[in-house]
Amino acid sequence: MPDALFEYLLRLGDNTLVLGHRISEWCGKAPILEEDIALANTALDLMGQTQLWLGLAAEVESKGRSADDLAFLRDVWDFRNVLMVERPNGDFGHTIMRQFLFDAFHLPLLDGLQNSSDQRVAEIAEKSVKEASYHLERSADTVIALGDGTEESHRRMQSALDLLWPFSGEMFLTDAVDDALLVSGIAPDLSQIKPIWSKTVEKTLREATLTTPEDDFAHSGGKTGRQHTEDLGHMLAQMQWLQRAYPGASW
Amino acid sequence: MISIVDLGIIRGVAWQGDTLEVTVTPTYSGCPATSIINLDIETALRSHGVEKIAIKRALSPAWTTDWLSEKGRARLEEYGIAPPNPAGGPQRCPQCRATNLEKVSQFGSTPCKAHWRCLECLEPFDYFKCI
Ligand SMILES: [Zn+2]
Repeated sequence: MPDALFEYLLRLGDNTLVLGHRISEWCGKAPILEEDIALANTALDLMGQTQLWLGLAAEVESKGRSADDLAFLRDVWDFRNVLMVERPNGDFGHTIMRQFLFDAFHLPLLDGLQNSSDQRVAEIAEKSVKEASYHLERSADTVIALGDGTEESHRRMQSALDLLWPFSGEMFLTDAVDDALLVSGIAPDLSQIKPIWSKTVEKTLREATLTTPEDDFAHSGGKTGRQHTEDLGHMLAQMQWLQRAYPGASW
Repeated sequence: MISIVDLGIIRGVAWQGDTLEVTVTPTYSGCPATSIINLDIETALRSHGVEKIAIKRALSPAWTTDWLSEKGRARLEEYGIAPPNPAGGPQRCPQCRATNLEKVSQFGSTPCKAHWRCLECLEPFDYFKCI
């Protein structure tokens, strides 16, 4: 698979791009100032990582496209993020639960990528892993505070968890791209990331007094590009309109 | 208040023929100051008469707060920002030096800082996170 690395880098970069954009939507209107700042800073980290991943994707593709071209000029079907990160923010509890389920996956993934046989991948992972560990610390703490909080916050966190759970499985589904990169030593084995994720999630949800759903049905189609939800289209319409309306605009 | 050399993000300065190559590493990957810092480096070098300048980005080894110089740490504290501490939190209040402190938020005014409060003088302050 000659394009496997390009596909894989899009998956990494699109996850951070789409989630980063989603949480930046809270900027200026989060429930309290500290959370507003924390989400904006997390978004900034994710955008920085996006520049690195999509920058490398563009370099690997070598068709003269830049990270900005990939972010702003691709259409929905060319995106490779998991469906969970494109979901609309919902309430604050839903945003934090989604962040936690992603962070608990992102940290061990980046940790594994630090040992990538591709040095460029290893270097980006080495930079990003430090940021991801802060993200997970905060989102896990917040899940616990809200889950084990008031009756209202508990109820909202449980309903967020129930809604998001069927979207969490896609992070661990593998296909020919994952297999190819695993064989070449570029990417870690997702089946080894899964137990680390499960352990973090179980421990945190227990402390948060939340009930882990038992159904393991997983929505899929985002990371392979087979089918995104209509929400991604709405998000891209907002994110990309300027580059679409004024091609090549820069400042 | 603190130079980028004391911050530890300048990883190398060397002549490559007639071009001065400056290697810079970002503190955080999304640090919005990165492009301004690069621009300032170029402006400063030009004002010293250097004409051919190449600014290189190095990601690895990733920047760590261990690279902050002693002088840099002291300057941060003078300015009211608690310097990074391997124990995971500020050593003392940059205002009154008290050690009775609490964390307000993992994130402060920028990605590299956390938001803390002194329980003696009650002043909030930024803590430069240890990474
Ligand atoms: Zn004080």
